Amino acid sequence: MLTDTTTTPVYELTKSDKRFIGWHIFFAVTALTIGSLFGPLQALQLAGVDWYPNIDFLFIEINGVNSYYQGLTLHGVLNALIWTTFFITGFSTLAVIRGLKRPLAIPMINRVGFWMMVAGLVVAAIPLLGNQASVLYTFYPPMEADSLFYIGLVLVVVGSWIEGLGFYITLYRWRKENPDTRTPFITLAVVINMVMWQIATIGIAVEVLALILPLSFGWVGGIDPQLSRTFFWFTGHPLVYFWLLPAYASWYGMLPKQAGGKLFSDSLARLAFWLFLLLSVPLGFHHQFVDPGVPSGWKYIHSILTFAVGFPSLLTLFTVVASLEYAARKRGGKGLFGWVRALPWGNGSVTAQLLAGILFLFGGIGGIANASYSLNLVLHNTAWVPGHFHLTVASAVTLSFFGISYWLVPHLTGKPLWKPKLAVASSWIYFSGMLIFSNAMHTVGLLGAPRRTPLGLAPYVPAEWNGHLFRVAIGGAIMWIGLMVFVAVVAVTAFQRKRLPEGEVVDVPIAESIQDPQLTPVWLDRWKPWLIATAVLIILAYGPQLIDQVMGIESTSPGFVP
Amino acid sequence: MSSPETSEKIPLHVDPTERAWMRAAIAILVVFAISVTIAGFMLGIQLPTTEQRVNPQTLQDAPPWSEPGVREIVAGEQYDVYVVAKRFFYEPNVVEVPAGAEVNFYVTSTDVQHGFKIQDTNVNFMVIPGQVSTLTFTFDEPGSYDYICTEYCGLGHAVMFGSVTVTP
Repeated sequence: MLTDTTTTPVYELTKSDKRFIGWHIFFAVTALTIGSLFGPLQALQLAGVDWYPNIDFLFIEINGVNSYYQGLTLHGVLNALIWTTFFITGFSTLAVIRGLKRPLAIPMINRVGFWMMVAGLVVAAIPLLGNQASVLYTFYPPMEADSLFYIGLVLVVVGSWIEGLGFYITLYRWRKENPDTRTPFITLAVVINMVMWQIATIGIAVEVLALILPLSFGWVGGIDPQLSRTFFWFTGHPLVYFWLLPAYASWYGMLPKQAGGKLFSDSLARLAFWLFLLLSVPLGFHHQFVDPGVPSGWKYIHSILTFAVGFPSLLTLFTVVASLEYAARKRGGKGLFGWVRALPWGNGSVTAQLLAGILFLFGGIGGIANASYSLNLVLHNTAWVPGHFHLTVASAVTLSFFGISYWLVPHLTGKPLWKPKLAVASSWIYFSGMLIFSNAMHTVGLLGAPRRTPLGLAPYVPAEWNGHLFRVAIGGAIMWIGLMVFVAVVAVTAFQRKRLPEGEVVDVPIAESIQDPQLTPVWLDRWKPWLIATAVLIILAYGPQLIDQVMGIESTSPGFVP
Repeated sequence: MSSPETSEKIPLHVDPTERAWMRAAIAILVVFAISVTIAGFMLGIQLPTTEQRVNPQTLQDAPPWSEPGVREIVAGEQYDVYVVAKRFFYEPNVVEVPAGAEVNFYVTSTDVQHGFKIQDTNVNFMVIPGQVSTLTFTFDEPGSYDYICTEYCGLGHAVMFGSVTVTP
């Protein structure tokens, strides 16, 4: 029932590597715990119940205004940016070391990168808690936050780049040592994700360094808000793949092992990741379908490219389900769909990831609607959108990270998982809450309810929304309970006195492939053609329009405090 | 980070079931892409596109933005509506047009980003300082249609709305 233990791990990480990865998870879970506190408050506010005045002791009062928007900013920044980035860099460090079965080439680089991220978090936290940066996690100019907010974000992003550099050097050294071996899938997957992230974050780096900080420091009198949005969404959509791909890496490369089977197809798993590298970036205009400053022709092109990125996700659906079916039939599962019952539902790590996948099915279907040039007109900036991304980042990603944590924390600490049954329950509670919450958000969004709005205060809310908004509040509260159970399980696991019996460890579950990875074609293990193709596609899909917008820059908008 | 050359060419092995799935996946996505193409180019679904740049700081010094509101182009048939979004209201906050007329909405902002969504219609777009957002809509049914701000614009965002009165 508990994550399997073994006395003969394939490769043991050093104590200091484990501690280093553990720090990532510690900051990630702490951010999630604080950020999620605001989730149910937002949900309740939509239903007309304002609890913010009751928790004002949590905020550092500087100008005396605490608001839904400060809570929403904290919720978005801590959950969507900090929880994800810290967890992903930690998990990726593990996947690099354990996949390659060699330590980091220059650990100091990774450590510098990580502590830079922590410094960035602290720097950004000051204005966030002081209500000087209540600009939401999209921080659209010319709305302005305190400069420290942007500086903190830059440090977090640059820190993650430096950690990525440490991965590349490690992989390069490994390649020199192992010229004829296919890169282990799990390592290839997280390194592709890091490369994609570095390409994607060029957009936000330009936005913050070239446009926002000069305004924030008072060096220039205005900014071009449309151009800022274009740079922001250059990063903004691939950002969701940066969150998602580590979950995919686990579904492909680890979950089959945990379920008692093997990866169905090594080649196609790799192909999916290369396609994500290729297609994740050049589709950001689908977030700008209703922006006035982007020609509709480019919107159409990006709409079509967004459908293209659906292909590797559909590929993933097949391979993951086929791997699970293989495992379930080996365990005695029968029937066309009956095999699902034979999966190890008593294992909290497996259950979390299976439920993540189920919710992601709905998320994917909704995403197709968002990506549609035409349908988006009905959905844009309605409650449908947060309804959608709670199924992706807050379900597919977050529940998968719950599942990973349930073996990762015992692996790192050498301590047994505390109350494995509670671990199983946490995901089911969260899943139930999410079903109610996301269904209600999608529905009320279709009826016209705007996102990011405390509807309890809005004068235009028709009576027909109320029932749905009530379900939003109920669902949000249930999710929060599930999440707190998760936090309790991993926190007690990490800080308890009890240790695993002498000599026993929880190993990293790494799935074998049915097909020998050495029989995977060489072009699925070679960087150059994919990097070139990625660059070419980005230049074609973004270049002309980006040049137009940059040449036409009009920095006429002065900054405004929210 | 390049990978080794191997002398023999290894073909990509794909399971027959998976091959069928891949074909189906591509077919589904092509159908979606065709639907979007038809909607965009044949059914007249329009999105805002590059219209005009303005200076948000001097916007209201001259017409038409100095006097936003309804302009009758052809009585009963065609109207232009100029709306300025400001924290935290629209100018004007009530617009009156007849049913069946083609109404061209022009909306911009003098401060931060806003949204402009007319409930129960396909009019829904971002309002960005420095840019003019435009869409055309024909109201078939008389009645009152709220337009609401759908982008966070500051502390008063939730109360920012106006309404279109469509007369018979």
